[in-house]
Amino acid sequence: MALRDFSRPLSHQSLSGPRSFWSALHIDPILLVLLVGLVAFGLFVLFSGGDGRIELVKAQGIRIGLAFFVMFVFAQLDPSVYRRWTPWLYGVGLIALLAVLLVGIGAKGAQRWLALPGLPRFQPSELMKIVVPMMVAWYLSRHMLPPRLSKVGVALILVLLPMGLIIKQPDLGTSLLVGSAGLFVVFFAGIRWRVISAFFALVSIAAPLMWFFGMRDYQKQRVLTLLDPESDPLGAGWNIMQSKTAIGSGGWSGKGWMQGTQSHLEFLPESHTDFIVAVLAEEFGFVGMLALMSVYLLILTRCLYIAANAQDSFSRLLAGALTMTFFVYVFVNVGMVSGLLPVVGVPLPLISYGGTSIVTLMAAFGVLMSIHTHRRMITA
Amino acid sequence: MPWGEFKDTAAERRIFQRRTLVALLLLWVMMGVLIARMYHLQIIQHDTYTTLSDKNRVQVQSVAPPRGLVYDRNDVLLAENRPVFSVTIVPERVGDIDQTLADLQRILAISEEDLVRFQRRLQEPRRPFQEIPLRYDLTEIEIASMAVHRHELPGVEVNAELVRYYPFGEITSHALGYVGRINRDELQRIDPVNYAGTNYIGKSGIERFYEELLHGKVGYQHVETNARGRTLRVLERESPVPGEDIRLHLDIRLQKLAFELLAERRGAIVAIEPKTGGVLALASVPGFDANLFVTGIGVQAYQELNRSLDKPLFNRALRGQYPPGSTIKPMLAIAALDSGVTTRDRLIWDPGYFQLKPSGRRYRDWKRGGHGWVDLTAAVAESCDIYFYDAAVRMGVDTMHHYLAQFGFGEETSLDISGALPGLLPSSDWKRAARNAPWYPGDSVNMGIGQGFNLATPLQLATATTVMANRGQWQQPRLLNDVLGDHSLEGRLPPPSKDDIILKNQDDWNFGVNAMKAVMHSAKGTARRAAFGAPYEMAGKTGTAQVFSLAQDEEYDADEIRERLRDHALFIGFAPIEDPKIAVAVIVENGGSGSGTAAPVARALFDAWLMEFPNEGEAMVVGQTNEEDR
Repeated sequence: MALRDFSRPLSHQSLSGPRSFWSALHIDPILLVLLVGLVAFGLFVLFSGGDGRIELVKAQGIRIGLAFFVMFVFAQLDPSVYRRWTPWLYGVGLIALLAVLLVGIGAKGAQRWLALPGLPRFQPSELMKIVVPMMVAWYLSRHMLPPRLSKVGVALILVLLPMGLIIKQPDLGTSLLVGSAGLFVVFFAGIRWRVISAFFALVSIAAPLMWFFGMRDYQKQRVLTLLDPESDPLGAGWNIMQSKTAIGSGGWSGKGWMQGTQSHLEFLPESHTDFIVAVLAEEFGFVGMLALMSVYLLILTRCLYIAANAQDSFSRLLAGALTMTFFVYVFVNVGMVSGLLPVVGVPLPLISYGGTSIVTLMAAFGVLMSIHTHRRMITA
Repeated sequence: MPWGEFKDTAAERRIFQRRTLVALLLLWVMMGVLIARMYHLQIIQHDTYTTLSDKNRVQVQSVAPPRGLVYDRNDVLLAENRPVFSVTIVPERVGDIDQTLADLQRILAISEEDLVRFQRRLQEPRRPFQEIPLRYDLTEIEIASMAVHRHELPGVEVNAELVRYYPFGEITSHALGYVGRINRDELQRIDPVNYAGTNYIGKSGIERFYEELLHGKVGYQHVETNARGRTLRVLERESPVPGEDIRLHLDIRLQKLAFELLAERRGAIVAIEPKTGGVLALASVPGFDANLFVTGIGVQAYQELNRSLDKPLFNRALRGQYPPGSTIKPMLAIAALDSGVTTRDRLIWDPGYFQLKPSGRRYRDWKRGGHGWVDLTAAVAESCDIYFYDAAVRMGVDTMHHYLAQFGFGEETSLDISGALPGLLPSSDWKRAARNAPWYPGDSVNMGIGQGFNLATPLQLATATTVMANRGQWQQPRLLNDVLGDHSLEGRLPPPSKDDIILKNQDDWNFGVNAMKAVMHSAKGTARRAAFGAPYEMAGKTGTAQVFSLAQDEEYDADEIRERLRDHALFIGFAPIEDPKIAVAVIVENGGSGSGTAAPVARALFDAWLMEFPNEGEAMVVGQTNEEDR
């Protein structure tokens, strides 16, 4: 088996020498280095994207510190703990989502936050990005794999329930991320290709129905704008035109750090949040984008390696799904900013300014590290 | 684990690892797609997006050239440019104009007047993205508070621009004219390229006549602006060519004096240097502060000026068409001699009236009982009407027209005095065309003393006086003395508008001048009191003109009517007799008699010009340092 051939020597290496130290900490050093590197680079870009406001960088630095701490804590827990708690977490998550709809707070016409007394404000939908794949993995791993169709049906319900609640907020971006996280579990569980093909066929039929019955006007507008941004150069098309202009004018090596005219002269909207990758592309050029993409690819590859070497089905499915969710994050954000996908509110993972997403992301990496470092010394 | 199922962990792992491989592949392919997309945007379409990005941030702005300055003959600044801070709005960049105006009113004092003017300009056609001024002349405090709030107000800018300023205000308003904001009609007329950055244009006077010279050539700058259109820095600049500075013949000291001499009255003074035709003073009183008109006068203030009974906006010196009265007599004396209807020594009996036919209407002399026997010199000196009734009838209208036209009556002859009116010099052809009636001998009688149809402006009277002073040599009245800098005036000026007047006996000029001298210096001269004690000799002629213009149904208080029905007082003259330095025409509306009211004004001007000013050498040097201040 090809995969085993290349994974063996690597795992042997990591089992020798410094293993004892990092193992004791339950940290994967390779992943840690990549994450720290990415986050540090991100702060540089943020300083420029935030127009030199050092207080933005400070606030983000504090969040990152907190996020790494959360990662560390999550890494300490044994995967079996997660498995045991999964149904409870899922239940609590659903209740929280319901609570958001009833008593949540928010801005710009969307209710996404829950402010419970004694707890910091948080978005329950963020939590579901980890809890939903956990739940599906928990459910499917209790049964024979690949799962039967009936089990897949139950899994779909487990996914659609929170998705529906999140769409109601409304938050299409997050609900798609949550949904894809759940579906990736089903994919990794080994569902047959025939079923997958049938699913995609169904989606392509459902898509037009969604257009007419499911989507809100502003969402339709975003899709239309994607297809022809020039049709609305002062409205929604402005964002896409400006971000493409920022990216394109970067060229090979970019205009230089803090020198991006699109962002610094305020042509680029949301330059420190969702559109920060355009700042990076404008100031560091194609070379900078290549570097960023490489770091993301290395992180993703390392995570898939961890998934492949996980010891039980629950861990494997969860690790695989979390990795792919992270990928979807990157793809949707960069695709949106570069005009490949419609504008949905998805931040660039670990780089965009904003607290909740970075904490959930690092928590997910904590889970991955936990899976990788809590190994029983028996072969399955 | 539920009952009845068993797990094949090895198989599960195998399936999972195969799926992981698929996922890995998918992931690399999709990231490849993103990288390809970046390559497409950043490398292949780089030029397109660079252009778009530059178009976003770099704007070409036209830079208005600073307007040329205007100096008087001694280099005293008459029209300068002053930096003024104003709040302007670019409507294209403002979302909600009403809201923005409301916000601004919380920061600045904006009058109803400002708002009305702004709304009017908003409706007028203009260049896209051209700013519309809202408030001028911000104070330091207002500038500071705008700086604090400007980020909340997209499309609102504080601009510093050079605005015309006339340091002498109303004293020079009628002589210089003024500039104002370019209006709809002018927008059609001007060169849109050269005026791309210019907001002001000469509206009247020399500001209008020398607009081309004063305006200069537009410059450009490339500026970097942010998304809200705010200029951040200048990248590149092609400086404008400033307008040319010009020097006028005007002497501000004489101008001031003329203004003061007419203070509290209504009237006009035009003083000309006979040798050059240069206008030394051109006063129309009351005047108005031209600075009000530069940035746009308020409706109420304008109405006040416009409705004033004294008509301060009316340029009497150029546009006031008065019957010349007896001031026409020296010119008619020349005409009568040259046409041969009379001689120097011919005597006429003046019984106090003149009749065309023995039983006809009696045309009265101003002096009851008449002057007795008078010759031509006495007729001018004592302003005998009978002599000129007779001479006029003998000459006939067309002979009088022939001569008077050569003095510049009946047409606008100035070089560069815009807005001047031609007056009216009647002829038999004119009367047939305009009145559909033949010329009657009675019309000639009236014309002989400058009444009737005959109308002249003070500028025309001063011009004719200049011709008298020059003994027939024509000098075209002009304001421009020189264009400063290395541009010579040669070849820029058109040839003289009229020929010199050549008489059959050129010595008749000296006779005419002597008759005018007798007005001032002889025992019976009408203006002898005005010339009393002068250490130099002067020539002059008094005149009075009847007022008919006032409509009877207008409601004024009685004293006012009485005052405004009085005759206009006129005087023309020059001094000294030999090598004349100054020729003037004075008119004081409702001033009564020319000798009592107008002649002393002329005397004061002569005294100042011939005796006072030449001794002010020291002060002159101080005046010249102004050039350094620019």
